[in-house]
Amino acid sequence: MLWLLFFLVTAIHAELCQPGAENAFKVRLSIRTALGDKAYAWDTNEEYLFKAMVAFSMRKVANREKTEISHVLLCNVTQRVSFWFVVTDPSEKHTLPAVEVQEAIRMNRNRINNAFFLNDQTLEFLKIPSTLIPPTDPPVPIWIIIFGVIFCIVIVAIILLILSGIRQRRRKDKGPSEVDDTEDKCENTITIENGIPCDPLDTKGGHVNDAFMTEDERLTPL
Amino acid sequence: MEKARPLWDNPLQFVFACISYAVGLGNVWRFPYLCQMYGGGSFLVPYLIMLIVEGMPLLYLELAVGQRMRQGSIGAWRTISPYLSGVGVASVVVSFFLSMYYNVINAWGFWYLFHSFQDPLPWSVCPLNGNRTGYDEECEAASSTQYFWYRKTLNISPSIQENGGVQWELALCLILAWLLVYLCILRGTESTGKVVYFTASLPYCVLFIYLIRGLTLHGATNGLAYMFTPKMEQLANPKAWINAATQIFFSLGLGFGSLIAFASYNEPSNNCQKHAIIVSLINSSTSIFASIVTFSIYGFKATFNYETCLNKVILLLTNSFDLEDGFVTASNLEQVKGYLASAYPSKYSEVFLQMKNCSLESELSTAVQGTGLAFIVYSEAIKNMEVSQLWSVLYFFMLLMLGMGSMLGNTAAILTPLTDSKVISSRLPKEAISGLLCLVSCAIGMVFTMESGNYWFDIFNDYAATLSLLLIVLVETLAVCYLYGLRRFESDLKAMTGRTLNWYWKIMWAGVSPLLIISLFVFYLSDYILSEALQYQAWDASQGQLVTKNYPPHALAVIGLLVASSIMCIPLVALGMFIMRCLRRADTASVA
Repeated sequence: MLWLLFFLVTAIHAELCQPGAENAFKVRLSIRTALGDKAYAWDTNEEYLFKAMVAFSMRKVANREKTEISHVLLCNVTQRVSFWFVVTDPSEKHTLPAVEVQEAIRMNRNRINNAFFLNDQTLEFLKIPSTLIPPTDPPVPIWIIIFGVIFCIVIVAIILLILSGIRQRRRKDKGPSEVDDTEDKCENTITIENGIPCDPLDTKGGHVNDAFMTEDERLTPL
Repeated sequence: MEKARPLWDNPLQFVFACISYAVGLGNVWRFPYLCQMYGGGSFLVPYLIMLIVEGMPLLYLELAVGQRMRQGSIGAWRTISPYLSGVGVASVVVSFFLSMYYNVINAWGFWYLFHSFQDPLPWSVCPLNGNRTGYDEECEAASSTQYFWYRKTLNISPSIQENGGVQWELALCLILAWLLVYLCILRGTESTGKVVYFTASLPYCVLFIYLIRGLTLHGATNGLAYMFTPKMEQLANPKAWINAATQIFFSLGLGFGSLIAFASYNEPSNNCQKHAIIVSLINSSTSIFASIVTFSIYGFKATFNYETCLNKVILLLTNSFDLEDGFVTASNLEQVKGYLASAYPSKYSEVFLQMKNCSLESELSTAVQGTGLAFIVYSEAIKNMEVSQLWSVLYFFMLLMLGMGSMLGNTAAILTPLTDSKVISSRLPKEAISGLLCLVSCAIGMVFTMESGNYWFDIFNDYAATLSLLLIVLVETLAVCYLYGLRRFESDLKAMTGRTLNWYWKIMWAGVSPLLIISLFVFYLSDYILSEALQYQAWDASQGQLVTKNYPPHALAVIGLLVASSIMCIPLVALGMFIMRCLRRADTASVA
């Protein structure tokens, strides 16, 4: 009798969990891609953990707090490491609707991933799309801050250069008026010796010997 | 008393100014493309021959003219012959067109530079679509770097007819770029002379850093081997020689008047022959140096894409046949494929349709030039490097230095004739003239920040300077040799510098270079005439790639105007001078 019951139960379970069955999901793991040398082998203990995580996720859904690990059925485990699973209700005759399972897995995706050291790409639930995390946008775009800094520096430098140019030009305007006076005096005092004009030393750009200069006035006024 | 002409503080500033002007973006984004298209290592043969036969003589000619006449382009050509001041005017017009669109590249450089301070780099990830279940469609169809360039930076419209509005972000960057140019040219040679120390030397530092980084990247040797293996049969291809001549010609920046302007601020006794040889050699070696860097980066990117493609194929096979994870690797892929084909033929043929054929050769042979290379290919390679923010900042900083250096030369070409002319410089101070020029160019440059701006940019890039420059330099060479007289010019140079002119330069100036330029001119003209319709590449957002379209009539009209407005200056001004002379002779005749 007991053997008959056992066979009946496994037969029903086998019907409930089949590739492509109603409310069944395929899961695919890429452990070696994710972990490389630190990859662990997929054995029945890992399967048990998986069932536990799925049961945990279902328990968080309203009305499903009584989901047990035995209600999660796995089948068709391949070398790839991929398998199908279904979640049954406490009567173990019907499977829970796919929508509920999907919602539960989506809400706890992060914790399921972390339990296996995997991420959304290496632990795939086919037909359950993962919510992509949008990149965080800072309130003020960073580029505007840097732009503002460089803009201000350039404007300040331009203003400084323009102002110093104006100041230089004002100084130069005052300067030539003094130089013009000495030039006039210079022209008046061109002395001629033997018909050859002697130009005073300073207009030729020669050095004035300070030892012979007693006053600041270079030319004695007539 | 006449104001003394401002001079460079020392000859080194002059050399740096010329290097900073000549070494520009073309060395980085055009020469590697040409090298790849025309036979790799064997392209160096026509390139170096053209350098010696065309580049050095024409560069020496321009520098000598500038140093001898000690005026900007308009004044210099007026001194040679009053009928030829049109050549100077044409140079100024072409320089004006160039400065209008060239600074937009600096604006793009600023945009990318400011965006490099984020983690992750904004062009490395696609943005999410509306309901956050996947990525944006355009980004999926193209790649994230192409999406960032075409959508986020340019916000490009599907065709040149649809203008769209001005993109305020890009407009701000353009204003900043012009402000920076204004800051550098504000005081004339006094400020330019100091700035060129940086714009000439910093790009080399960055290129050197990139050389080391590039050579140590995984897969760099693939790119280098691909580039440098010479394909000798390309030497027989006339296009290789024409492109080598064109590249040398435009890379040195001849005909814009910038070299004449720079040389006019020299001491008359300056040895411009030595400087001409140095500048042209440095320009060409920079091109070769930059192409080594570019090809190691190409090799890295191609290898990365090839390996990603292989991994996708492996994943597809592993998932379809439920093989053990990690069983299929790149080395046994072919064997596994053979085994699967024989073991599960029907299923394999289904999967085969989805499999992409991964080939390293095809990745390497995608040759890109221009803004595509600088902003898409390079940023794609950078996003895959470690500490990508640092490399990105360094790279776009280098692009900015190169662009700024060339802009300084362009604006000098326009400003020198303006400040030389007594009419303008007596009314306005130097700062106001430069400010006005920057303001006007910036205002017109806003056209390039519209949604269709990149298409107008391509028009200016392809047509504003090409034919006109060839004609300008041809007229320049013929004028100096035959109108002014080669002997007279030779004795001028001897009086100025104290050195006799070598027979080599005489032969080149009088015979070989003009012939070369004429043949280039004829080739380009026939190319334009023979091509049925002028076409451009437009970005198709739905397909995520470029499609070819014909130019509409108003764009063709603009192209015609661009070319005509600079070329027509030469005969029109000559005609004007002739008429004025006739009128004056009639006046004096009537007075007498």
